[in-house]
Parts: sequence; C-alpha cells; structure tokens
Amino acid sequence: MAETGKKDVAATPNVSEVHVSDASTTQEVEAVLDAPVERGEPILQVRNLVKHFPLTQGILFKKQVGAVKAVDGVSFDLYQGETLGIVGESGCGKSTVAKLLMTLETATSGEVFYKGQDITKLSGRALKAVRRNIQMVFQDPYTSLNPRMTVGDIIGEPFEIHPEVAPKGDRRKRVQELLDVVGLNPEYINRYPHQFSGGQRQRIGIARGLALNPEIIICDEPVSALDVSVQAQVINLMEKLQDEFNLSYVFIAHDLSIVRHISDRVGVMYLGKMAEIGTDAEIYDHPTHPYTQALLSAVPVPDPDARERRERIILTGDVPSPANPPSGCRFRTRCWKAQDKCAEEVPLLAVPQVFVGKSTPAAHESACHFAEEKDVVGAA
Amino acid sequence: MTVTEKTANAPEPGTDGDKKAPLLEVRDLHVEFHTREGVAKAVNGVNYTVDAGETLAVLGESGSGKSVTAQAIMGILDMPPGKIPQGQILFRGQDMLTMSADERRKIRGRKIAMIFQDALSSLNPVLSVGYQLGEMYRVHQGLSKKEAKAKAIELMDRVRIPAAKQRVDDYPHQFSGGMRQRIMIAMALALEPDLIIADEPTTALDVTVQAQVMDLLAELQQEYNMGLILITHDLGVVADVADKIAVMYAGRIVETAPVHELYKRPAHPYTKGLLDSIPRLDQKGQELYAIKGLPPNLLRIPAGCAFNPRCPMAQETCGVDVPVLHQVTERDGTELAGRGSACHFWKETIHG
Amino acid sequence: MPDVTKTPGTAAESAAETAAAAGEAAVVAAPASSGKPRSLWSDAWGDLRRNPFFVISALLIVLLLVMAAWPSLFTSTNPRNGDLTHHFLTKPEYGDVFSADWFGYDKQGRSIYARVIYGARASISVGVLVTIAVTLLGGLVGMIAGYYGGWVDSVLSRVTDIFFGIPFFLGSMVILVSFSDRKVWVVASAMAFLGWTQIARVMRGSVITTKQSDYVTAARALGAGTGRIMFRHILPNAIAPVIVVATIALGGYIAAEATLSYLGLGLSEPTISWGIDISDAKDSIRDNPHVMFFPAGMLCITVLAFIMLGDAVRDALDPKLR
Repeated sequence: MAETGKKDVAATPNVSEVHVSDASTTQEVEAVLDAPVERGEPILQVRNLVKHFPLTQGILFKKQVGAVKAVDGVSFDLYQGETLGIVGESGCGKSTVAKLLMTLETATSGEVFYKGQDITKLSGRALKAVRRNIQMVFQDPYTSLNPRMTVGDIIGEPFEIHPEVAPKGDRRKRVQELLDVVGLNPEYINRYPHQFSGGQRQRIGIARGLALNPEIIICDEPVSALDVSVQAQVINLMEKLQDEFNLSYVFIAHDLSIVRHISDRVGVMYLGKMAEIGTDAEIYDHPTHPYTQALLSAVPVPDPDARERRERIILTGDVPSPANPPSGCRFRTRCWKAQDKCAEEVPLLAVPQVFVGKSTPAAHESACHFAEEKDVVGAA
Repeated sequence: MTVTEKTANAPEPGTDGDKKAPLLEVRDLHVEFHTREGVAKAVNGVNYTVDAGETLAVLGESGSGKSVTAQAIMGILDMPPGKIPQGQILFRGQDMLTMSADERRKIRGRKIAMIFQDALSSLNPVLSVGYQLGEMYRVHQGLSKKEAKAKAIELMDRVRIPAAKQRVDDYPHQFSGGMRQRIMIAMALALEPDLIIADEPTTALDVTVQAQVMDLLAELQQEYNMGLILITHDLGVVADVADKIAVMYAGRIVETAPVHELYKRPAHPYTKGLLDSIPRLDQKGQELYAIKGLPPNLLRIPAGCAFNPRCPMAQETCGVDVPVLHQVTERDGTELAGRGSACHFWKETIHG
Repeated sequence: MPDVTKTPGTAAESAAETAAAAGEAAVVAAPASSGKPRSLWSDAWGDLRRNPFFVISALLIVLLLVMAAWPSLFTSTNPRNGDLTHHFLTKPEYGDVFSADWFGYDKQGRSIYARVIYGARASISVGVLVTIAVTLLGGLVGMIAGYYGGWVDSVLSRVTDIFFGIPFFLGSMVILVSFSDRKVWVVASAMAFLGWTQIARVMRGSVITTKQSDYVTAARALGAGTGRIMFRHILPNAIAPVIVVATIALGGYIAAEATLSYLGLGLSEPTISWGIDISDAKDSIRDNPHVMFFPAGMLCITVLAFIMLGDAVRDALDPKLR
C-alpha cells in the first residue's frame, strides 16, 4: 500500500508555488503534458477557481438577473500519487469542482494548472490530450453507462476517441484485460449494462476511466449509490488500482468515514468555498472550523454506546441558497460563534493566527475568524 | 391537544382487539412479485413485533425486502404484480390481511402512518402545504376549513418549522429538503397514529440536517408513545436511535438483537461482515474488509441459506438447509433476550 | 469457497484475493437465464411477438405493402378499364373470390376490387414518404435545437411554433391548389412541409433529456466529438419516442391524403387512390353505397393497422407510457 507515498505528501503545503509552463504551440503543450511528474510533486494546482451559473429571464433575449455562485474562489493542490478527499453537503459545489477539473464546465475565472499548464484556457488537440490524462468515475452506475452499448463498446470507446493509445487490432484484448483488472469476467464483453448489478456497473465505469492510462482520476461520489456490502469492495479496488497504476485521486464524497479511509488530505467545502483543508488526521482529529466540527459531530456513528457519550453540535436551519449567499463568512448564519466581524469580513483560508508557528496538528488552513480546537467525537 | 382525547375516547375499530397483543406483529409474511422473468420472492417469511414507544430498526440493503414488508403493512403494495401468498399482519391482535377493506382503511392512515424517503414526490406540488396538512382533519374529523388551517399551523409548529403562520400557504417546492421532510412527519403525526413506519427518512438529506430530523422524530415518538419502524441501510443511523434491530437479507430476517448487543457481538456472518466493512481508524491504509460477491437476485435466491455463496463460514449444509432463527445463548446456555440468528453456525460466529 | 482475507496480508496477496473473490462473485451472479446479450430492441421484439395487436397489425401491413408493390398479384383486371355495361353493377358472383367483380363496379363500370388493390400504392406511398420526410426533417431540427440549446434552440423552436400554427389542411390546400398535376411526390411534399413540427418537438424534448445523462457527460470527458456524442450516444437513446410518434402518424397521413383527395385537392387522376374513389362515390352514395364502402373500408383498416402498430411499439419500447 501507499504508506511511503503518504508520508511524503503529508509534509507538503496545501497551496504551493505554480511553475507556469511557457509552452505556446500545441506541440509544446503536448510535450509538457506528456512529461512525468515525480511522486509527491504537485500535479494539479487549482487557483481561485470560480464558477457562477447565470440566472436568466426572457425567451429570445436573455437578461441576466443573478448568478448561482456554485464555486466561489477555491484553491488547492493535488500531489502525484495522493488522494485528496473533498467533503461537503449537497449544494456546496463539490460536484461543480469535479466538472471544472474535467473541463466539462467552463470556469468563470481562476485557473487549473495541470503540470503547470492552465487547462481552463486549452481547446482542440491540447484539450484532448489533457482529457486522456484526467479521467472521471461517476456517482450513479445506472446512468453513467450508455444502455444501448455493450460493455466492450463502452470500455473500448476511449480507444476509438484516442486511437493512438491502442492500435485497432489490440483493442478487444485491451478491453478484456481491463475487465480482468477491475475484477469482472472478460467473457462479459458482449453484455449490456442492465445485465449487471450496481457494483459491477461501477467496475465497468472504473475500467472505462482506466482505459487511457490516466494520471488523475476524479471520483464524484463513486460508492454512494452502492449497497453497503459492495462499497468496501469498490473502495478496495480503487486503492489497489491507485498503487498499481500510480494514480492520483480527487475523491469527492459525503461519507466522512470512507473519505477518511481513502484520503491523504481532506478539504471541507461549504457553499462554494473551502472551509478547511489539511491532512486527514488534522481535519478529523483537530478540526478548527466550526462547520467541520458540526459536520463531524452530526455523522451518525455505528456505535450505540456513543449515543449518550458524544456531544453533538446540531446546527439550526438549512444551507442558504448559493444564489444569495450570506455576506462575509458564508457559514455565519448557522454558526454559534458568529459575531459582527463574520458578517463584514470574508475569512481567508490560511493557518489561523493563534496557531501560526506552533507545531500542533491544529495549525492547518481554516477559513474562520475564530478558529479553535474543539473536541468532537467524530465519525470514524 | 384535543385530538388526543377524541381519539382516546372514541371506540375505534382496531383498538377493541386484544389489549395485551403487541402493537404490531408480522407473522411469517411472504411477498412475491410475478414478473416476465419469473417469480421474484421479495419477502420469505418475516416475523417481527413492535410495541408502543419502541423503535425497531429494520436494516438491510436494496432488495433485502425491508421496504416491501413495510409496503405490505401499509397496504400500498402494487397487486398485481405483488402477491401475499401467506402470512399475517396483526395490528393489536387483528389480522389486517383478512379484515374488510373498510376496517383496514380505518387503521391505515389513522393508526399507522408512513414517512417516505423522498418528501418532494410524496407531497402534491399544486396544493399548499397548509391545505395538505389540513386535509387530514377535514376528511377524517370533519373540521371546517378555518379550523383545519389552524390545526395545520399547530402541526407545523410542532415539527419546528419556523414562521409556520406565514409559511402555511406556501407550496412544497418552496421548502428545503429538511423542511419538506418535517412536513411529511407532520402529516404522519396529524392523526396521532400509534405506529409510524419511516422508510429511509433521512437518506436524501444532508448530514447536518439528518441529525435535526432524526432528533425530532425520536422526540415526537417519545412524546406520543408511538411505535416506530425505522427502515434503513445506514448502520450509523440505527445505532443512534434504535432499541432493537432486525437485519434482513434476501427477504428473510437473519438476525434480531437489542441495539447494543448487535454492534458488540453480531451472531450472523452477514451482520458481522457489514460491521467489519465500516472503515475504522486503525485500518487506515489497509484493505477494508469486504463481503465478497453480490446481493442475490430475487428470481434465483440461492438454495439453503441465501447468504451462503458470500459467507466465509459456509459449509456444505448451508447450501442445503434453510437455517431457522435460532435463539442465541451465552456459552453457558443462558438465553440472551431478544436475540436470534438464522445461521447454522451462530455459536461459532458470536463466540468465536 | 475461499475466505476473503481479513487479516492484512501483503498488499499484492490481498489484492489478488479480492480480485479472485470478485471474479468468482461475478460468475455466481451471472444471469443464468440467457448467455445471449439482450438489448432494448431485442427486449422490445420479445414483447411485440407476444402482443396480438402487433401480430394482427403487422400481418395487415405486410399484406398492404405487398399489395402496393405488386398489385397484379391480387388481380389481373385493369383498374382503369371501364365497361359501361357494368355500370354500378352490385351483384358479384360470390364464390369466385379475387375475381374482378368481387366488390362490384363503379359509375364508369370499373372493377372496384381492382381499384381498391391499385389504390393501396398511392395511399401507402404518400403515408410512407411523408413519414420519412417528417422524421428526417423534424428529427434534424429537433436534434439540433435540443443539442445546442441557447439561441439556436430559441430560433428553431420559434420556427417550429410558426409552422405548428399553420392549420394543416388549410395550409396543404393552399399549397396544393397551385399545382394542377398533383402526383404522389407533390402531395407528400406539401404534407411533409407542414407536418414535421410534431416530430421536431418530440425529438427536441427527448434529446434534451438524453443530453443530461451521465453517459453523455462521460463521453465528453473522454474527449468525444460532437458527431460521436450525437450519433453514438444521444440518437440511439432519444429515437424511441420519435419512432412511436412516426408510426402512429403514418396512419394519420394516409387518412389526410384521402381527405385532401376527397376535397379534390389531393392526388389527381389518373392516379388511383382511395381518396379519389371515395370522392367519386359521394354523388351516388344513396343508391349505390357499395361504391363508397370498399375504398373507405380499406382506408379505415389501413389507418387502424398503423395506429395499432404504433401503440404496440410504444408499449414495447416504453412500458411507462401506457
């Protein structure tokens, strides 16, 4: 397992310096994208990423009347070989981040540097080359596979789109190898998706993601649609593949215990912003942002004895609408610590002043004016 | 509330049954669905009881029959293709499957209410929330429009919807997911039922909202001394609120136990596997324990114990004999109250 | 059966075991019913074969198609040859089935049986041609509007609305009245020109739904181009409702052609069509109803057959629509 790699990445900062590549022609860009990255070096650097979905009125002549601020200034790094977990509730923007990283949505502003190359500005051949290296595993294995295509066609499609990866005669064999890698019988190549169960379909989705030998896989809730007894199988498979193919994962989920299990570092998102980010131990054992604390304490723990013991922070109200987020700190409307300052000043994602220079696990980045440690008996 | 007195004094069908009988008892219930591919045996002999004030958690994965059992109790199974070839559903000692449709209707809705996972699709989008809540009073108790609306506001207050008076005329889509689930709970509570069946009530909600809703439900249950059947796949939610647990697999109950016992010492390999596959802190970086294989196809449930193809303890007999729910005992033979395991090797499982 | 390791072994060992266990599980869970892959279409076919309405309508349609293609197989009489001695003759020699005078004779002494047989070609040609044309045109417009969205959709949808607003019969008559020689393709073109909007709307809705599927997103994430996404992923998944609507509409087009011909604005002589014959019979319906009855009956049967077929196809492709 990745014990050794994990030690390296734990020591690295969450946001490192970006070495912007100066490649300009398509050939140069492709050369940059093909260059290998050392283990523990940043492979993906996200800077001030913003995605606003305009709200419009009118039929033929559309007038913008507002915007849903789905992602509103998110920065983080992904290091080669690590798993970065992103957790948050629905509407926090985590799935939009996944789409932006995949360039499936166009960012309103901000950059995503892949090997120093800003992929939000790429198009055509260079973009296609990026897509070969960054792949995705989807949440719902029932909707992410085309019901009119056989498993062989689904897993083989990446080769048709990127013919340079595998010569034509080899493809069927490659597809069967991939089926084998994800633990499915290679003879199933001619079957249709509906003949498989949820867990098997998710394996097919993973095989498709692996086909092009990508370096990064973005996993958007890859196990939340699966049965409990099958989730563990898929998580194990993903960890095995990470070691085998030297992959870096961005693992987006709402199940905190699974995220902790698989992640080296974890970022907590709330209403389009990163509330707190750090290593798994820092976030789970020493959270300093009140939202993280509330989230951890609210997760039902599979231990009935903890019922009476643990102190739960039950937040009042619901998540505000991202079309009209609160001023200042976005969490202030539900926060028990909120003061006037929280409404006026947007807290920056940085190591809180009180912890600067101290060698405590609480000294990690947290976007709260009043960050402090609070002992929560959290999930996992 | 005046309603309490009314319902308590009025002689209602269903309440004049055996007072000592449990609130709800399901006996040897079978449900099958006749499809083009064959007969899907969704429920294969389920037994359980719930008493007033008690929370029974029915734990299982998709296809385990946990929701179908609830639908059979509520009488909302689609028949056909559904069919109940045998079994009894006793409400205070009276079999709901054999009573007249009229009697049954009086129990369902008034005495037993259900809360669904998806609150948005369970509420009528073109009627205001206040109207839908008030409808229960207008139809069942003949209250006037004005009285019903007052009742609706009272109910919304009870489930702690802020500014109930202003929001009573709002439509379902104007509420957030958590608030809609509260409205569903309010609707279920309206006629102060004796039993509430909650089918994955918080699965569609966010964690921080989930906690609010579960707390509310538990509190109301205590206040009204209702029985609660909580159907879920979430081991965490169960640990938080249940009194006793029934674990279902392939349409059968494979283990029953009081909540503390189950998590400490599971007596069925399936339960044990589920608990072991929860990621734990000390397993970081290691492989998770995974139950191998896949949940069975209900058209072709394996012979013998349905879990045998996936079970690490399976022996030859498991593929032949269907295990009954054995009384679980300590090593010395002392019976453990409320514990049962449908495994030929429950002794080995619980005592190692 | 091997136990999945719970005690942590080496990574490679346990990984191999998981894979083995998973492989084994896959074998266990393999559908035992059939090794043959089943697709939506083969499922639908299985459904259709057992639907008596489908069987009856399909047999009727096959018969009608054969009739349209090779009318001489059914009769050796020339439908254009009139023999005034047979003027409105109604008493055919029964027992001599498939003979020229089976259905009797019309005003000009032409065999009604022969005319009904020969009339199938025009009626069915118009129906099929219009259906093909509206499916292609409407499908294309709907596909483009649904796929690209935005202003393209706004413009195309407004154009569709405009055409939708033109009354179908009034519009067709206005167009057709300016042609003196109205052959099959002229009538079909006029009808297709006004009739494509329904298909366009159905297609657009279907494409918009399909476009949002995860598998389309997945294809885009792989770097698939517009053509591949449209024809490989969206079209096969969006086409089913269009096929249903088109099949049901086919019967309607045949009826519409007859209506236009009856009004004297559809096909014109010397083309033989049921509509023209019904029109010819209208003056003598009181005294000689049989002249009207047979072409009208054939028309009804044909329209019914296509509508029944469309219903059966709809039930098979999407049981939820029932």
